[in-house]
Amino acid sequence: MSFKPARRRALVVALAIGLSSLAGLVSAAELKLKNVSYDPTRELYAEFNPAFSKYWQEKTGNTVTIDQSHGGSGKQARALLDGLDGDVATLALGYDIDVLAEKGDLLPKNWQTLLPDNSTPYTSTIVFLVRKGNPKAIKDWPDLGRDGVEVVTPNPKTSGGARWNYLAAWGYALKQPGGNEETAKAFVKKIFDNVRVLDTGARGSTTTFTQREVGDVLITWENEAYLVLNELGKDDYEIVTPSLSILAEPPVAVVKKYADQHGTAELAKAYLEYLYSPVGQDIVGKHFFRPRNAEALKKYQAQFGKVKLFTLKEVFGDWAKAQQTHFSDGGTFDQIKIVQGLKLN
Amino acid sequence: MFAEYNLVMAQAVGKRVLPGFGLSLGYTLVYLSLIVLIPLSAVFINAASMPWNEFWQVVSSPQVVSSYRVSFLTSLLAALINSFFGLLIAWSLVRYNFFGKRLVDALIDLPFALPTAVAGITLSALYAKNGWIGSLFAPLGIKIAFTPLGILIALTFIGLPFVVRTIQPVLQELSLEFEEAAATLGATRWQAFSRVVLPALLPAMLTGFALAFARAVGEYGSVIFIAGNVPMVSEITPLLIITHLEQFDVAGATAIATVMLVVSFSLLLIINGLQHWASSRKRYLTGEDVA
Repeated sequence: MSFKPARRRALVVALAIGLSSLAGLVSAAELKLKNVSYDPTRELYAEFNPAFSKYWQEKTGNTVTIDQSHGGSGKQARALLDGLDGDVATLALGYDIDVLAEKGDLLPKNWQTLLPDNSTPYTSTIVFLVRKGNPKAIKDWPDLGRDGVEVVTPNPKTSGGARWNYLAAWGYALKQPGGNEETAKAFVKKIFDNVRVLDTGARGSTTTFTQREVGDVLITWENEAYLVLNELGKDDYEIVTPSLSILAEPPVAVVKKYADQHGTAELAKAYLEYLYSPVGQDIVGKHFFRPRNAEALKKYQAQFGKVKLFTLKEVFGDWAKAQQTHFSDGGTFDQIKIVQGLKLN
Repeated sequence: MFAEYNLVMAQAVGKRVLPGFGLSLGYTLVYLSLIVLIPLSAVFINAASMPWNEFWQVVSSPQVVSSYRVSFLTSLLAALINSFFGLLIAWSLVRYNFFGKRLVDALIDLPFALPTAVAGITLSALYAKNGWIGSLFAPLGIKIAFTPLGILIALTFIGLPFVVRTIQPVLQELSLEFEEAAATLGATRWQAFSRVVLPALLPAMLTGFALAFARAVGEYGSVIFIAGNVPMVSEITPLLIITHLEQFDVAGATAIATVMLVVSFSLLLIINGLQHWASSRKRYLTGEDVA
C-alpha cells in the first residue's frame, strides 16, 4: 500500500479519533438493559425508565440506558423464546412468562415467587369504553350480550388482554346466582355473537373502535381506556366500569438466562424492585395502573371507578388451567366461535 | 414447430454459442435449493413430526376448512378481477398514447412497493363506514371493511401489478399487422380481438393470473387490517398459521402451511400446464411455424 503522506496522516487522525471514542465508551461504565413488554405499557415505561436511570446513577455512579420493546404479549414471549435477549420481561399475563420457563428454560419455574405480590407491581382490570353519552345504555356485562349492541375486543387466541376480557366475562357469569360452567358459556357466547371485528392485539382493537368508528363498546384494559380518554378526547368517549371484573395482574420477571449472559442480573432485579418503590408506584398510578402500595393506591383511588374484583386464582386456578380449558384448540372459545360461524354460514 | 424444436435441441446438446451450461445449471440448482427448497423442506419436515391423525385433525377442523374457503375463494375472485382489468390497463398503456402515460405506468407498480401493512391500514381507513369510500356504501347497508368483501379489495389491490406487468411486454411484441390482416380478411373488430389478439395473450394472462392468485393466497399484512378476522367468516388461512404460532404450536402451524403449499403448488402446476397448452395453440393460431 502506498498512501500519499497527506492521506496517511488523515487516516491516522481518523483512527485516533475512533480509538479514543471507543476508550471513552468503556470508561463511562455505560450499562444497558432491555425490557421486553406488551402493548399498553409504552407510556408507563417511557416515564419510569428515565426515573430509574436517575436513581441508579445517584446510587452507583453508573449510567443505564434502557431499551424498550413493545408488542402483543404472546408475540413478545415468542420473540424471547426465539432469542430476543431481553434482561427483563414485563408481560400481560403470567402464562406468557410460564411459557418462557417451561419451553425455553429462560428463568426458574418459581419466578412468580421471586418478587413481592406475585411479581405484579401494578394491577389493572377490564372495563368498557363507550361512545359519548352512552347511546346504547351499557352499564354492566349483561348489556354486552343484548341484541343490537356491537362489541369490539381482540382475539383471545392472540392477545393477552383479550384473555383477561374473556375470563372477566366468564367469571362475572359464574358469580351470578345459579351460575355454573354452562350458564357462563352461554353468557360469553352471547357477548361474542355481538363481535364483528376480532383484531390480533389490544392496540388494534382500540384503533378499530376509535379511528374506524366500529362498534358500540370496546372491552379493554382500564389503563388503556383512560389513555384513550386522555389522548383522543373526553368529548368522544366515556368509561363504563362494570359491577364486577377481574383483577388483571401483569407480571414482571428477570429473564435469568439472558441477564446472566449480559452480567446484568443485579441491575435487572434492582430495576424491577424499583417498580415497587414509592417513586415507581407513583408513576404506575399516574399511568392508570392500580398501584400495589397502599399509600399510592389511596392517592390515585379516586380516578378509578368502583368495581368489585375477583382474582384469576379464585375462579380459574392458574393460567395453565385457564389456557387449557378456554383458549387451546377445541377450548370453550373455539366452541363458541365455531358454533356461531356454522350458524352464520 | 418441429424445426424450431430441433434447433433448440441442437443448441442444447451439441454446439452452443456460449459455453458454461454445466456451471450455470450448477449455480441454478444450488441457488434454488438455498433460497426455495431448503426453507420449504423445513416446513415439511416440521409437519412430518406430527402423527398423521393429529395432522389431519388440525388441517380438517371446521375453522381451518372455512379459512381455506375464504382464502382461496377471495384470491380466485381477486385474480379474475385483476385479469380483466389488468388486460384493459395493459392494452391502454401499450396501444395508446395519452398525456400522463408514464405516470400511470409508474402507478401500476405502487402496490409492489408499498409495505403491505401500510396498504392494509389505508384500505381499512378508506372502506370503514366512516371512510371516504365506505361512507358512500354505508347508507345502502353495504359493509366493506371487516367483511370478506374487504379481503377481496385488499387482494385485488396487491395483485394488480402482476397481471399488468406480464401482459404488457407480450402485447408490445404483438404487432398491429395481425389485427390489420384479420381486418383485411373480413374479421369484425370483435373477431379480430377474440380470435387473433386474445389467444396470443392468453399464456401471459394465465401467468399473470397465477402470480396474482399465488400472491393473494399467501398475503397476510394487508388483509389482516381490513378482514375483521372473525372465525368461520372472515379469517384467512395465514392468520390461522400465525394464531397457532402465537400459541407456541409450531407443528400445528406447519401442518396448515403444508396444506397451503400443496394446494398452491398443484394449482400453479395446473395453470402452468394450461399455459403450455395455450402457447402451443398460439403458435398454431398465429402461424409462427407456417411462415
